[in-house]
Amino acid sequence: MTVLEQRGAYRPSPPPAWQPRMDPAPLLPDAEPYRVLGTEAAGKADPDLLRRLYTQLVRGRRYNAQATALTKQGRLAVYPSTTGQEACEIAAALALEERDWLFPSYRDTLAVVARGVDPVEVLSLLRGDWHNGYDPHAHRVAPLSTPLATQLPHAVGLAHAARLKGDDVVALAMVGDGGTSEGDFHEAMNFAAVWQAPVVFLVQNNGFAISVPLAKQTAAPSLAHKAVGYGMPGRLVDGNDAAAVHEVLSDAVRHARAGGGPTLVEAVTYRIDAHTNADDATRYRGDAEVEAWRAHDPVQLLERELTTRGLLDGSGIETARQDAETMAADLRERMNRDPELQPMDLFDHVYAESTAQLREQRALLRAELEAEQEQHGGHGEHGAREGGAR
Amino acid sequence: MTTVAVKPATMAQALTRAMRDAMAADPAVHVMGEDVGTLGGVFRVTDGLAKEFGEDRCTDTPLAEAGILGTAVGMAMYGLRPVVEMQFDAFAYPAFEQLISHVSRMRNRTRGRLPLPITVRVPYGGGIGGVEHHSDSSEAYYMATPGLHVVTPATVADAYGLLRRAIASDDPVVFLEPKRLYWSKDAWNPEHPMDVEPIGRAVVRRAGRTATLITYGPSLPVCLEAAEAARAEGWELEVVDLRSLVPFDDETVCAAVRRTGRAVVVHEATGFGGPGGEIAARITERCFHHLEAPVLRVAGFDIPYPPPMLERHHLPGVDRILDAVARLQWEAEG
Repeated sequence: MTVLEQRGAYRPSPPPAWQPRMDPAPLLPDAEPYRVLGTEAAGKADPDLLRRLYTQLVRGRRYNAQATALTKQGRLAVYPSTTGQEACEIAAALALEERDWLFPSYRDTLAVVARGVDPVEVLSLLRGDWHNGYDPHAHRVAPLSTPLATQLPHAVGLAHAARLKGDDVVALAMVGDGGTSEGDFHEAMNFAAVWQAPVVFLVQNNGFAISVPLAKQTAAPSLAHKAVGYGMPGRLVDGNDAAAVHEVLSDAVRHARAGGGPTLVEAVTYRIDAHTNADDATRYRGDAEVEAWRAHDPVQLLERELTTRGLLDGSGIETARQDAETMAADLRERMNRDPELQPMDLFDHVYAESTAQLREQRALLRAELEAEQEQHGGHGEHGAREGGAR
Repeated sequence: MTTVAVKPATMAQALTRAMRDAMAADPAVHVMGEDVGTLGGVFRVTDGLAKEFGEDRCTDTPLAEAGILGTAVGMAMYGLRPVVEMQFDAFAYPAFEQLISHVSRMRNRTRGRLPLPITVRVPYGGGIGGVEHHSDSSEAYYMATPGLHVVTPATVADAYGLLRRAIASDDPVVFLEPKRLYWSKDAWNPEHPMDVEPIGRAVVRRAGRTATLITYGPSLPVCLEAAEAARAEGWELEVVDLRSLVPFDDETVCAAVRRTGRAVVVHEATGFGGPGGEIAARITERCFHHLEAPVLRVAGFDIPYPPPMLERHHLPGVDRILDAVARLQWEAEG
């Protein structure tokens, strides 16, 4: 008996019997990533969906190559490639309905393009003419988020708000393996589970956070295992298997839409290219590893499945390539034009109603631009164009 | 002459009433934060809201400031008007990244397509004997971030009027509530609760000709007390209440300084890198030829907020303000 108990000051009431809220077993992911291509399950997949995925994958691969080329030409400041990850990007985006929302990270340009956003507008952030080039409401896509995992709570809030309004809208939030170490990842998962918000979290585990491998990122058996601690199901899927990603994401979206709450999906994939053109990947990984993953290429996996089953032939492959070339030519042509810069935009969207201080600064810039224009004979890319003046 | 139905009310009551009226007027207004529901907030400022409007509109969230503000961003994107409570000044720091990286710049980043009408209520400042991390004056951090409005009421009427306007604003507003004024009472007319100047305007609380005290929030009552005490010296001090730090009302401040030619900025935040430096610079740039003496600052010391038993030495009081005014007179003589 403790001293406090002897004095009678400490009289704890017996604790109520503690009950776990649910059996964790069904929340735990399978030990192996779920696969469809090359298995019996592939037979049940919709051929039209597979062909649609294939066309988009080929286009995504070409987009990555074109955008990377544009960095070499100085047209893009930087481009984080998703070569090798096209299946996650595209299959995830195609699992959403039109009314759903996508919350991408800076690497998720292909998912944004797959939602229907103009490929040139998507690159605005990376080209540097504006921080966000598209209207988020037009295709229900949030701006590409550069800080890691900070967009995840936004997805939870939006999904929660939609549910409060009675709309059956689902939010898909994408994050990389490194982002799962951030506090916002944890807070978003926890809020989503507590609120039973209709959110799907997709972790694209591509092996590295710039140069840091997964083993130095987490001690968890898998990133999908993190779900069980929040009370939501975790699912592990082969991220290079477009059919598997589409099926798992579609299940999670359906589950969320029906009121079942959030799901955490970990797609295991690999970043074939370096982090960006500013990164030297040879410093932290060997060629053998990269080659092993090339043998598990998402485009080839799907192509093999489709050709083996007679759903795609040489001319179908050629059609897909032509489609991708047309997209790339258009992207190249439009990206090679100088962007129309609108210097007055610097002041026009800071507040709904400008402040006296910003009006003064705006007048200063306008005078500078006018002087510049006079000096250069009245035109030039930095001309005093008025953008949304108020 | 009309008689006005006034009765005493506390600032906390006026804030509660402002949220209640905003929620009744607009179903998009949602209050959220730690303990805001059943408990009514640790200062009881959200008292009764959950009962009246339900837990979906006044929500006890998990204990996570980044999560509270981050989910509010998504809610605002879907058309709601979240009013977020950060329990204490120093507890808001985990939410800084959301505030600075997203809340403040979402409108600008999207060229006006995604405005975020979020009000972040932060009880701030010292003087209530709080232990460490419960008394910070964090206004300079917020002021340094373009895209945010920073507002702080010092009267009961302003508490109501400014909070209603903050909630109605299409821009994010950091609404700093001076916690040592929560229980201060003013005569207030709840029949005409919006009879106050809108956000962005400073007001002259007391007219005078000797010098102008420029202040806001928790330091206003101290300055008014100093102005009263100054009469014994034969000084008539003018007192300007800024009410809004962003946007800043240069016009009212400069007009007041031009009238007296002497200015003291008073606040309890630290002086170095604090709001007073910015205000003094603005006055010097605009009214240099009207100044009879340098603009002085009476601020908190440049120290981490002190333990409660020592805070009275840190907080600017009447004597320190009067000493500064005396130095301004010396400058005039000498």
